[in-house]
Amino acid sequence: MTKRKGFMQRLLAAPYLVWAALFIIVPLIMVIYYAFTDKNGAFTFDNFSQIAAFTHTFTLSIWLGAVATVICLVIAYPLAYIMSRMKPRHQRFAMMLVMLPMWINLILRTYALMNIVADTGIINTMLSFVGLPPVHMINTQGAVVAGMVYNFIPYMIMPIYNVMTRIDPPVLEASRDLGGNFFQTFRRVIFPLSLPGIVSGITMVFVPSVSTFYISTKLGGTMALVGDIIEFTFIGETNYNVGASMSLILMAMILLCMLVMNRFTDGDEEGLIV
Amino acid sequence: MKRLSVVSKLYLLFVFVVMYAPIAVMIFFSFNAGKSTSDFEGFSLRWYQALLQNDEVLQALYNTLILATASAVIATVLGTVAAVGISGMKRWQRKAINTVTNLPMMNPDIVTGVSMLLLFAFAGRLLGQEESVLGFWTLLIAHITFNLPYVILSVQPVLSKVDVHLSEAAQDLGCTPVKAFFKVVLPSIVPGIVTGFIMAFTLSIDDFVISVFTAGPSFSTLPLYIYSMTKKPINPDINALSTLMFVVVLILLIFINMGESRQEKKDRKKGVRQ
Repeated sequence: MTKRKGFMQRLLAAPYLVWAALFIIVPLIMVIYYAFTDKNGAFTFDNFSQIAAFTHTFTLSIWLGAVATVICLVIAYPLAYIMSRMKPRHQRFAMMLVMLPMWINLILRTYALMNIVADTGIINTMLSFVGLPPVHMINTQGAVVAGMVYNFIPYMIMPIYNVMTRIDPPVLEASRDLGGNFFQTFRRVIFPLSLPGIVSGITMVFVPSVSTFYISTKLGGTMALVGDIIEFTFIGETNYNVGASMSLILMAMILLCMLVMNRFTDGDEEGLIV
Repeated sequence: MKRLSVVSKLYLLFVFVVMYAPIAVMIFFSFNAGKSTSDFEGFSLRWYQALLQNDEVLQALYNTLILATASAVIATVLGTVAAVGISGMKRWQRKAINTVTNLPMMNPDIVTGVSMLLLFAFAGRLLGQEESVLGFWTLLIAHITFNLPYVILSVQPVLSKVDVHLSEAAQDLGCTPVKAFFKVVLPSIVPGIVTGFIMAFTLSIDDFVISVFTAGPSFSTLPLYIYSMTKKPINPDINALSTLMFVVVLILLIFINMGESRQEKKDRKKGVRQ
C-alpha cells in the first residue's frame, strides 16, 4: 500500500521531468549538434576554426569580467560587513536600497549610467561648470567595467551579507576574549565563515559579466565582447552553426572558471551557489 | 550591537549615493522640457504625455503582463507538483534531478536563450515550416523554463520541513492521500509557493536576454521594446518610462517591507524569537 502511494507521489514529478528533458537537456544537445555541423547538417570542425579569429574577444571578455568581479568584491565586502552590524530595522532598509535597482531593468540602468558618463553628460557638464576640462569616459574599457559593476554589484552584496548575518556574535566575542585583535578575528573567524558567500557572489557577478551583450555595446562603443558577437551571429547573420560553437566555448570557459573557483571551497555549501 | 563608526557611515552613504545617482539624474531629466539629459530647460510633463499616447508601449506592457502571468502560473503549478514528487524520491534521484534543475541558473542567460532558439529552429525545420516559429508560444515556453528552477528551489526547503507524520495522521483519521495533501501539506507550503510565484513573475517581467532570442518579430515585450528604443540616439521618453517603473517598484517594495516589519512586531509581542 505504502509502496504504491510512494510511486503515485513520485509520478507527480513526471510532467516536470518531461519538460526538463525537452527544454533543458535537448536544447543543450542542440547547441552541440549545431556547433559540430554545417548548414546542411554534415559533421564539421569548421565552425571552431572560424572562431579562432575571435580569440582576442574571448580573452577580453574574461579579463573585463574578472576585473569587474574583483571590484565588486572589494566594494561589497566591507559594505556587507557594515550592514550586518546594523540594527535589524536599519538592516532591512539598507537591504531594500541594495535590491531596489535590481528591480529596474538592466537596459534602463545601463542607459541611465550612459547618460551620466557621456561626453556631454552631467559629469562633464558639471566639470566645465567649475572650469575643469572634460573627461572622456564613454566608449572605454573602464566604462564597460563600470557598467558591469554598477549592474551586478547587488548580486555580490546579497550572498556575502547573508553569510555575515549568520555569524554568531558570541563567536566573535570568543575570538576577542582569547586575545585576538580585529585583524586576527577577521582572518581567522570572519573571513573563513564568509567564504561561501564570497564564492557565491563571485559566481553571480562573473557569469553575467562575461556573457553580457548590452552593457558593452552601450558603454564600450565599437568594443565587442563574446555576448555581442554571439548576439550578432544569431540575430544579425542568422549563422546558427558558428553561433552555437561560440556559445559552446563560452559555456565551457565559464564551467572551467567555476570548477577552479569551487576548488577553494569544500563544496558542502552547494545550496548557496544559486 | 555597537554603534557604527563615522567611517562606516560615510562608506555606506558613498556607495548608496553612487548607486542611486544615475537613477536620480534620470528621474530629474524625465521632467525636462528639452530633449537633453544634461541641460535642464524647464519643467514639463511632455515625455509622460508622449508615453501615454504611444500605443506600442502600451501594447508591449500588456504583452509583458500576459506573458509574466501565464508563465508564472504554469511554472508555479508545474514546479510545486514536481517538488512534491521529487521529495518522495531517493537521495541520488533527487540529486540528479536538482543538477538538471540548476542548469538554467548556472548557465549564462545568453546560452539558455541561444539553446532554446536552436531547439525551436530545429523543431520548425522538422515540421517543415518555412517561416520562423518564434512568437508568443516559444516565448512562453522559454519563460516557463527559466522560471521553473526558482519555483522548485523556493518550494523544496519549505516542503522538507513539513512533518510527514502530519500527513500520516490525517490519513489515519480517514483522509485519502490526496485529501491529506490538500488539507495538511499544501497549507504549510503556501509561503514557499508564493515566494516562487513572485520570483517567477518578476523574473519574467524583467527578462530581456532570453527573450531576445526566443521572441519573433510578431510579439514584443516591454524590455524588448525598451531595447529597440535605446538603439536610437536620443530618447527622452525612456527617462519617463524608467521613472514610472521605478516608482511602481518602489511602492511595491515599501509595501512588502511594511508587511515584514508588522509581522516582526507581532512575533515580538508573542515572544517568538528567531
